[in-house]
Amino acid sequence: MSIFEKAVDLLRDRLGKDLLEVQRYRGETTLLLNPEVVVEACTILRDDAELKFRFLAALTAVDYWPEEPRFNIVYQLYSHEHSTYLGLRVPVQGKDPLVPSVEGVFPNANWHEREVFDMFGVTFAGHSDLRRILMPNDWEGHPLRKDYPLGYEEVQFSFNFDEIDRRKPYAKE
Amino acid sequence: MGVETKLGNFGVVTTTLEQVVNWSRTRAMWPMLFGLACCAIEMMAAAASDYDTSRFGMELMRASPRQSDLMIVAGRVTRKMAPVLRRLYDQMPAPKWVVAMGDCSSCGGIFNNYAIVPGVDEIVPVDVYIAGCPPRPEGLIHGILTLHEKVMGEKITDYA
Amino acid sequence: MAIEERDITLDELRHLVSNRALEGDTMLLNMGPQHPSTHGVLRLLLELDGEVAVNVIPDIGFLHTGIEKNMEAKTYEQALVMTDRMDYLNNLGNNLCYAMAIEKLVDLDVPERAQALRVILAELQRISSHLIFLGSHALDLAAMSVFLYCFREREIILDIFELCSGARMMTSFIRPGGVWRDVPVEFEPAVRDFIAYLPKRIKQYEDLLTNNPLYIDRTRGISPITADQAIEWGLSGPVARAAGVNWDLRKSNPYSGYELYDFEIPLGSHGDVYDRYIVRIQEMRQSLRIIEQALDRLPGGAFRSDNRKFVPPPRSELGHSMEAVIHHFKLWTEGFSAPKASVFVAVESPRGELGCFLEGDGGPKPYRVHFRTPSFAALQSMPMMSRGYLVADLVAIISSLDPILGDTDR
Repeated sequence: MSIFEKAVDLLRDRLGKDLLEVQRYRGETTLLLNPEVVVEACTILRDDAELKFRFLAALTAVDYWPEEPRFNIVYQLYSHEHSTYLGLRVPVQGKDPLVPSVEGVFPNANWHEREVFDMFGVTFAGHSDLRRILMPNDWEGHPLRKDYPLGYEEVQFSFNFDEIDRRKPYAKE
Repeated sequence: MGVETKLGNFGVVTTTLEQVVNWSRTRAMWPMLFGLACCAIEMMAAAASDYDTSRFGMELMRASPRQSDLMIVAGRVTRKMAPVLRRLYDQMPAPKWVVAMGDCSSCGGIFNNYAIVPGVDEIVPVDVYIAGCPPRPEGLIHGILTLHEKVMGEKITDYA
Repeated sequence: MAIEERDITLDELRHLVSNRALEGDTMLLNMGPQHPSTHGVLRLLLELDGEVAVNVIPDIGFLHTGIEKNMEAKTYEQALVMTDRMDYLNNLGNNLCYAMAIEKLVDLDVPERAQALRVILAELQRISSHLIFLGSHALDLAAMSVFLYCFREREIILDIFELCSGARMMTSFIRPGGVWRDVPVEFEPAVRDFIAYLPKRIKQYEDLLTNNPLYIDRTRGISPITADQAIEWGLSGPVARAAGVNWDLRKSNPYSGYELYDFEIPLGSHGDVYDRYIVRIQEMRQSLRIIEQALDRLPGGAFRSDNRKFVPPPRSELGHSMEAVIHHFKLWTEGFSAPKASVFVAVESPRGELGCFLEGDGGPKPYRVHFRTPSFAALQSMPMMSRGYLVADLVAIISSLDPILGDTDR
C-alpha cells in the first residue's frame, strides 16, 4: 500500500466527513479538508510513526474570485523518510476569511502565513504575529487578489509621449 | 601625456580653476554601495578583477552616504524601498551624481506592476542612464565614463 | 508621487521585543536596508545588550517585485523570462523549476540530450552561485582577496553561458520541452577546460580559509543547529545538510536524469557556520564530477521536444510546411493552454529546495504561480539562530545562510 493510501486511510478514520475529497494528478495526491480540522490533520500527519510528514514545504493560497469558496489555502508537506510530497487544500469563503494557524505544528509556517495574509487578506487564527511582510506597513489592499489591479503604467509610445510625460512625476533636485 | 606638454621650461602648468576642479572630481569619484538586485552582481563583477573600476579611481565602494559622491542605483526600486533611497540621496553631500544602472532603475524594466517604481528618476535626479538587463560590466564602465565627460563639462556656478 | 515615511513604531513591535527593551535596558538598533554586509536589501532590527544580540527581527519586502502577479498577466512562455530575475544567482535553476512545472502540468516530454544539457548548465550555475557565496562570505569576514579570485572564476562560467545563449546572467535558456537552442561546438572544449582548471582553484581557496585560525575562530561554533531544528524551521540545502539532514532533492526525488550520475552528498555534523562553508566547498567538487559525467555521456538527438502544440517549430520549417506556420502563429499570438489542475515541483537550487506551485485554468496564462524559495525559510530562522551572538557573528551567520533577497521577496 503506498504512502498516499496510508495517509488517506488514516485521515479518513480520524476526520471522517471533514476529509472532503482526494484528488490525484500526475503522481501527486491532494486532500481537500475543512478549515476547522487543518491543525488536527497536520498534527496527525506529522506525528504518525510511519508517515512522518515533518516538513512544511509550501503554504500558499489561490484566489478563485468570483466563485465561492473564494480562497483555497494550499499546503505541501514533505516526508524525508518516504521522499514524497503530500498536498492539502482548504477552501475558505471570501467574506472575512479565517483559517486556524498551523504555526504550532510547523514553526516555519509563521512567515508563510504572514505572506498569505499580506497578499490575500486571509486571517489566521492563533498566529503570533500577523502583520504585513512584503508590502509596506501602511499599504491598503491585498495585491494578489484577482480583483486587485496589476497597477501597470501606460507604455509611452511616440504618439502619446508628451501627454504621459506631462503627467509623470520627475525629481527636480 | 597631458600635463607634461604644458610644463614648458618653468615647471609651471596653467589652466582654469574649473578644469582642475572637474578633473579632480572625476578622477576619484567614490561610489556608494547601492546594489539592490541583479544589477548589483554585475556591479560587483565590474569592481572585481576582470573589469576593474579601481583604475578609474573607484577603488572603494563606500557604504556610508556621507563619504561618497556617486550613487549607482543598481537594481529594481520598490515602493517600500523608495523612501530609503531618497533619504540616502539627501544624506550625500554635494557635489553628487546619480547613475541609473540597468533597465529597472531607468524605466521600470520588464516589471510593470504595483510594486516597482517605474524609473528611479521619479525619486532622484539622474545624470546617466545605462541600459541592459543587467548591463555588462563594460556597459557600466561606459556609463561611468560618460558621466566623467559630463562632469568635465560642468560650470562652477557659485564660489561659496 | 509624495514619498512619505512611516516606519514601524515600537508599539507594533511590542510583542516581539523583550521587556528589557521597553524599559530601556537594551538598545534597539536598525541594521538597515542599505548595509554592506546584508546580502541585498534586508533590514534587521537588533535588540542589543552591549554587543550581544538579544533578539533579531528581520524585515523583508524591500525587493518585492510582484513577480507572481505579473506572471499571471503573461502567457506561460512569456512568464518564463521573469523567473530569471527571481533568484538572480541561480537563473538557470529558476528556469528549470518553472519549465519542469509546466512540463508536469501539460505532460510534455523532454529528450535525453536536453536533460543532459540541463544538468550541465544547472551544475555550472550551482558552482557559480557557490563561488559568489564564497567571495561575499569571505568579504564580510574581511578576506578581500578571495572575493577577487572567485569573481575571476565566475567570469569563465559566464563566458560559457554567453556562448550558449548570448547573455551572461538572464539567459532564459531552459524552456518547457528542453533547451532553447543546441549548444555550439565550442561548448564542450570550454566546459572541459573549466573542469580541468577549477580543482586547483578550489584547493587554493581551501588553503586560504579552511585551516586559517582567524577564519576558524570567527566561524566555528557560531550558531550550531540540530537536524530537528533544521527540519522544523523549513531549512533545506547546504544549511540543513551542514546540520546533518541527509536530504538532497537530486538524490531523493531525482529529476532531469540525475539518477544516472554518481555523486555524493556532503554532510556536516555541527551545523555551524564553518560546516556550512565546508559543505558548499565539497558541493562544488561534486558538481564538477556531475558535469564531467554528463559531458561524457552527452547523447545526440533533439534538444527540445517536438510536440508542436507546445514547442514552436524551427524557423527552417516555416518555409515549406503549413502546419508549422499555423503552430507558430498559435503559439506566438495566443500561447499554449494548460488544463485546469495544479502541480508542485521542487528542484535543488544552490540555496535549498526551490519549489514551484503552478495552477492552470484551461487558458494560456497561468492562473496562479507561487515559488517556494529557500531564502525565505532561511531568513525566517534567523532569530532562532542568532540569539546570544555578537553583532560581528551576525554578519557571519547571514552570509553563511546565503540569502538572496530577490529570492526571498520575489
